[in-house]
Amino acid sequence: MKKIILALLLVTAFAFTSSRGDGDKIPTSIVKKLDGSKVNTNTFSNNGKPIIISFWATWCKPCKKELDAIQENYSEWTKETGVKLIAISIDDARSAGKVVTDVKSKGWDFEVYIDENSDFKRAMNVNNVPHTFLVDSAGKIVWSHNSYTEGDEEALYENVKKLIKGEPLKH
Amino acid sequence: MLKYSFKSSISATFLLICLLNAFNAKAQSTHNDAGSVTGYFQIDAQYYKADSLIGAPDVPEKMLSNAFGNINYSKGKFSAGIRYEAYNNVMQGFDSRYKGQGITNRFVRYQDQLLDITVGNIYEQFGSGLIFRTYYEPGLLFDNSLDGIRVISNPVKGLTFKGVVGKQRTFFTVGPGIVRGFDGELNINEALDTIAKNIKTKVIIGGSFMSIYQADQNPDFKLPENVGAYSGRINIIREGFNFFGEYAQKENDPSLANTSIVGGKTYYSYQKGEAIFVSSSFATKGFSFLLQAKRIDNMSFRSDRDASLQNLLVNYLPATTKQHTYLMPAYSPYATQPTGEVGGLAEMQFKLKKGSPLGGKYGMDITINYSQASSLKQINIDDSTTTSKLYRTNYSEIGSALYHDFFVEITKKFTKKFKGTFMYSNQFNNINIVQHNTPRGPYKNVLAHIEVIDLTYKYKSNSAIRVELQGMQRDNKDTLNLGSWAVGLIEWTPNSHIFVAAIDQYNYGNPVESLRLHYFYFSTGYTSGPHRIALSYGKQRAGIFCVGGVCRTVPASNGFAISITSSF
Repeated sequence: MKKIILALLLVTAFAFTSSRGDGDKIPTSIVKKLDGSKVNTNTFSNNGKPIIISFWATWCKPCKKELDAIQENYSEWTKETGVKLIAISIDDARSAGKVVTDVKSKGWDFEVYIDENSDFKRAMNVNNVPHTFLVDSAGKIVWSHNSYTEGDEEALYENVKKLIKGEPLKH
Repeated sequence: MLKYSFKSSISATFLLICLLNAFNAKAQSTHNDAGSVTGYFQIDAQYYKADSLIGAPDVPEKMLSNAFGNINYSKGKFSAGIRYEAYNNVMQGFDSRYKGQGITNRFVRYQDQLLDITVGNIYEQFGSGLIFRTYYEPGLLFDNSLDGIRVISNPVKGLTFKGVVGKQRTFFTVGPGIVRGFDGELNINEALDTIAKNIKTKVIIGGSFMSIYQADQNPDFKLPENVGAYSGRINIIREGFNFFGEYAQKENDPSLANTSIVGGKTYYSYQKGEAIFVSSSFATKGFSFLLQAKRIDNMSFRSDRDASLQNLLVNYLPATTKQHTYLMPAYSPYATQPTGEVGGLAEMQFKLKKGSPLGGKYGMDITINYSQASSLKQINIDDSTTTSKLYRTNYSEIGSALYHDFFVEITKKFTKKFKGTFMYSNQFNNINIVQHNTPRGPYKNVLAHIEVIDLTYKYKSNSAIRVELQGMQRDNKDTLNLGSWAVGLIEWTPNSHIFVAAIDQYNYGNPVESLRLHYFYFSTGYTSGPHRIALSYGKQRAGIFCVGGVCRTVPASNGFAISITSSF
């Protein structure tokens, strides 16, 4: 009985609405800046240029590898395409204090926010970190990728360039 | 139990279908803007093979699985969501009360600048969570969501009020206690906008109050039916400096967690609870320093006084020790002792610049960390006339050492293609208290020397080989703690979609010669965008599995496993 209800719900949901692939707007959540002020995620913008949103945590090794790898080429990326990276830390009270020390000592130039009770993480359907999203000039989420392996940052940047040229993105 | 999930599944389904249809009707006129449906699925299944040598038990079902699916709908200021969970039967290592399937989470939310209202299952946190935090961690099957109502309001800029009321989820039902709470937070700089605009020092203050109601059905004791808790916090930020401090108190709350049985007589504790958590840091580009301290006394706070383990926790007491992710350093992690502990952490991180003698062409990252935790020294106040247990503690005296961890980690890129991480960790663990909660248990304290070498060779732009070598040296005569280990791991990622890995964990120092076993484990996976499938085969060591700072014990297992995750 319950399975039938669930199936019904799924069908209803799919039949009447669009899915993530069609380009949803960034959902509404409140995250914290490193200076303690609160920001609504639906105000994330980059003057009509693409945005990379990367979910990470201070205890997540692959996340830090990915962000380190991006940092190495970040000034080039921003110069060439105007892309901006927004790093969302999902650290909870235990390690939230470590976010600012990690970011500064690593010398990352990204815009960093803390999602301490995982509100934004849930709204974006992120379960495991790292999880990276690409947002187009109209503020719509057009691409996402879970996990990090060596060289993924290059594939990500290829997609940023494709996005600007209006070419189809590669998964 | 089933009644709850069934009823809730019907109501949630109706609610969502009504909502979706309502929006659909509207959407046909405005076309393009029908809102969006997003979701997330995860399915884990394992086929078990008994292995008496490593202690993997015989599983009568042969195959066990955990699965869940989240579906969220949002349109403008409206959002709604639903989660279905299925355990047929629940996998080894999880609480067997997760049995069967049903809708375990559903909510509807309206959010605008002034008002934010949610009905249904709520995840919320006041301050650092010392008196209230509800959250969800699927990897650990931890979910203490509040099934009720939450209202958040921002009447003026910089000021936020939150109120919650409801009951907490436990397995497929809710707990007996009513949870009520209120929190206020003021960002002074935002509130004084024009005056404070140019002030570099930012100050945020906050305070919370929580109360639990649970009827007293104990015929012998007069237990408090209402238990209150309060906390105050302050966060001061100025350029590279950051100070956060929170203090919390809990009214007397006799519960299973602080009850002791001495000589066949049950002693209830009518002691008050207390917690303090301080985190301060200094950070500038290329250098940072972090100092954290914590003291907790009798702060187990649940919405059922008879609950145990991870069930119906109302608050969250963060551990102030390093969260390790490599296998050996994470072998026996520390867990906060809610009944009483005092501890702290100091960490320094810096970057040796590119071009400096040690930094080389690409620079070098160094982390030095020391953390420690001890129990509190309790001075009993004898009261032979009643069965209430009271004690004194003071801030200047500490009890026995529970844990320490000193570690150094160096990350260095040697060439464009070759980089590595090198780590040494020295860990002390009072196994009796930290892992078994029995101060006079049979286990010996463990001191471990742990080394990790992690090397990555990127032979093509998106192809790499990674090798990990780990060693852990411990007392090899201690039969209860299994002695020393060595670990080898090789991981190959031919392109960004595929990975292949093999791990050997070798218990070469086991005090019993016939148990000096190799634990081989193979895994492979395919990732495409947000979709991922992973297969693994082999022996898993009994131990502690940690995600996001919460740890659970997994038993030894041997067999084939599959894991599928997907979001859309």
